[in-house]
Amino acid sequence: MVGGFRWAAMFPDEVWEHVFSFLPADADRNAAALVCRAWYRIERRSRWRVFVGNCYAVEPAAAVRRFPEVRAAAIKGKPHFADFNLVPSDWGGGAEAWVEAMAEGWPHLEELRLKRMVVSDDCLELIARCFKNFKVLSLVSCEGFSTAGLAAIAANCRNLRELDLHENEVEDNCLHWMSHFPESFASLVTLNIACLEGEVNVSVLERLIGRCPNLKTLRLNHSVPLERLVGLLHRVPQLVDLGTGKFAAQHHPELFSKLESAIAGCKNLKSLSGFWEAGPTYLPAIYSVCEGLTSLNLSYATLQGPELIKLISRCKNLQRLWVMDLIEDDGLIAVAASCKLLQELRVFPSDPYGAAQPISLTEHGLVAISAGCPMLHSVLYFCRQMTNAALLTVAKNCPNFTCFRLCIMEPHTPDYITRQPLDAGFSAIVESCKHLRRLSLSGLLTDLVFKSIGASANCLEMLSVAFAGDGDAGLHYILSGCKNLRKLEIRDCPFGDKPLLDNAAKLETMRSLWMSSCSVTLGACRQLARKMPLLNVEVINERKRGLPLELQPDNCPVEKLYIYRTVAGPRSDTPSCVWILR
Amino acid sequence: MSPSPEHDYTGGAVEDGALNLKETELRLGLPGSESPDRDDKVGITLELLSPKSFVSGAKRVFCDAIDAGSAKWGFSAGEAGSEVDKGKGSVLFTPKGEGSAGGKPPGLGRVGNDAAASGQVGNSGKSHREVAPAAKAQVVGWPPIRSYRKNTMATNPPKYKEDVDGKLGLGCLYVKVSMEGAPYLRKVDLKTYKDYRELSSALEKMFSCFTIGQCNSQGIPSRDGLSESRLMDLLNGSEYVLTYEDKDGDWMLVGDVPWEMFTDSCKRLRIMKGSDAIGLGKFRQTEILNNLQSELLKGSDAIGLAPRAMEKCKSRN
Repeated sequence: MVGGFRWAAMFPDEVWEHVFSFLPADADRNAAALVCRAWYRIERRSRWRVFVGNCYAVEPAAAVRRFPEVRAAAIKGKPHFADFNLVPSDWGGGAEAWVEAMAEGWPHLEELRLKRMVVSDDCLELIARCFKNFKVLSLVSCEGFSTAGLAAIAANCRNLRELDLHENEVEDNCLHWMSHFPESFASLVTLNIACLEGEVNVSVLERLIGRCPNLKTLRLNHSVPLERLVGLLHRVPQLVDLGTGKFAAQHHPELFSKLESAIAGCKNLKSLSGFWEAGPTYLPAIYSVCEGLTSLNLSYATLQGPELIKLISRCKNLQRLWVMDLIEDDGLIAVAASCKLLQELRVFPSDPYGAAQPISLTEHGLVAISAGCPMLHSVLYFCRQMTNAALLTVAKNCPNFTCFRLCIMEPHTPDYITRQPLDAGFSAIVESCKHLRRLSLSGLLTDLVFKSIGASANCLEMLSVAFAGDGDAGLHYILSGCKNLRKLEIRDCPFGDKPLLDNAAKLETMRSLWMSSCSVTLGACRQLARKMPLLNVEVINERKRGLPLELQPDNCPVEKLYIYRTVAGPRSDTPSCVWILR
Repeated sequence: MSPSPEHDYTGGAVEDGALNLKETELRLGLPGSESPDRDDKVGITLELLSPKSFVSGAKRVFCDAIDAGSAKWGFSAGEAGSEVDKGKGSVLFTPKGEGSAGGKPPGLGRVGNDAAASGQVGNSGKSHREVAPAAKAQVVGWPPIRSYRKNTMATNPPKYKEDVDGKLGLGCLYVKVSMEGAPYLRKVDLKTYKDYRELSSALEKMFSCFTIGQCNSQGIPSRDGLSESRLMDLLNGSEYVLTYEDKDGDWMLVGDVPWEMFTDSCKRLRIMKGSDAIGLGKFRQTEILNNLQSELLKGSDAIGLAPRAMEKCKSRN
């Protein structure tokens, strides 16, 4: 770029670095880096936070080389549908390659956040040893490690501020891992061990948190009995975020009042979660802090509607509510009346497989919330029935949705009154909610809904589709529209080869595409792989019958397909059920 | 001698299609003589147990365990859902569900069916809560609920207004599976399998990368490391045995009891090296079993297994 050098040299590098530090998003910094060589050089040396949405999109060593001053890294591994057991357990997503490269090139790393990755104890030991100023470890939906690995972190990370373990599968082989925090260790701000299954030594925990004056978040696991919660809370009255342990106890005359006063003593509490086995007996102990709560997660508490209503109607400042469908429509109507600041609602199914009596949670609850909560922008709702009329009302009431995920639990369920597909309802949502970034569809849907989505969902970044559509047109509408689409995941839809091949270029503008139990053939995948060298086309066939995939004919159906853009080429750690086509 | 129909360990009358005690009966048969219709079977039927005891007790070889050609894990070979090869091996005791062609268990196994069955077992005569009418096969990964949530709810099921015992079939039954030498353990949902064959097949897939040690440092198997035939070779000598911890905390060999009984009582699974499992296989003898054993060992390759079950059964009586 002629003249580029000259004007960049008008200011010393440090000035440009300072300017870049105001760029809010990585995308902005990426854009700046493309302006001229000087800016590329300056920007890369001053970027200290990286986000890698797909761990296989780039070689770890390349990332480390490009941004040598990184202090905080976030990396994601397996595709989202791994959460629902659709991805083979040995698919990949191992963290070792990244941790090794980071240990080599980013010795000053302070924060590491991994999601859906396989993290071994060796990885944790490497982290503990190599990053002298390590402060934040966040593992979400990961697996492969044990409490022995956590012991290494505890023993060696002298400046650890956050240990955030969220919904991981952790093997319990080291009961006393928490004792490995040295007596001098006092820097914890966040400790989330809710997902650990084993016993926690509460006395050790008490001493640990007692010496951490900056502790703001403490989320316990279900092994911590209610009686001990009292003692813990007395040590950390400054707590902002509490995850209780087991919220039930044998009858104990003084426990209620002790608990009540311990909780009341935490004057800064804004977020509550946990509540395993919660019953009506001890729930009122938290009434005193309800008014200050902004976040309440009762989604593991099997409380019934009336108890929930009594509790939630006191939470006038609630912004986030996660609850089970036991709240029923009546409960949601009460929420709509009380929680005017509600922004995010998630309603989980207490009985997903329909073996019990039906719960009275229907479209009415959703409509009530949409009408009563003007700030609502994020919804996850599991239910068994829906109507287009209800969805139209919701769309009209809430044009500000950024995330709308509706799961009608029986596939192909139509509008239960008109027996029509729910195309009209979901179309209304995408047409009304101009800022919608995430959408999950369910119920009986034809290609028409995809036409609306393709045309209207201009901000949509993630779309999840299951048991929907009539044919290729549906997928074509999506891929030829939705200009900001990043992640598309599809299961059990009659989408085939043509829309994939016709929209091959689109796939390079997206992070990833997952398709399982659709109508894609091997031949199309081969063509796609040949045409698009910057895509990894992974074919996953678990049944392994007959010939190996290389010898299968073009018309061989593909069970599962995962396509993602990458500059790293095909990965080398594929298991036997995964083929990367070239 | 045909089995008495009221031989029901639950104490109540059980119809065909529901939990059928015939599965725990012991039958002698010549090698290769399994047939779908058990009533036709010629041979001696031994009823060692009183109706009240719940477990088979006698040594019972899991279907095809001694199948010389293709033993894996001490389990039957072949993929889930495939036909049982009736010609193979000398199977002594075959529960009704296992040896029959097509491997179809008596009406149970899938979630919907389990829900229906749980309404009957142990509650004969008592009017149980209404159960979902349609018994559907459970679709993998649907509804989209994260495994973590499913596990947590399985250990803490919701208590419904009229559900007295709170034992609601949540449609999943996650148990941990660990294996000696494996760097981490896995969880399986027992409700997604309808018989031991499916379970063993799934476990093989899950753990095959650990057995031969062809994993790279990430614990992820490399492509060229592994094939099913190699796995079979390794396991041909029944080097690995599948065991489980039951409700009482005892470790038992998998395969002793009918599938449904197993899923009800299994708390966790462990894949042990065969040599370590010998303790479990130690045979505590009684008069009856002595006689039984000598009868059975005539002209067969029986390997005695599951005496722990017998122990428990005896102590119960």
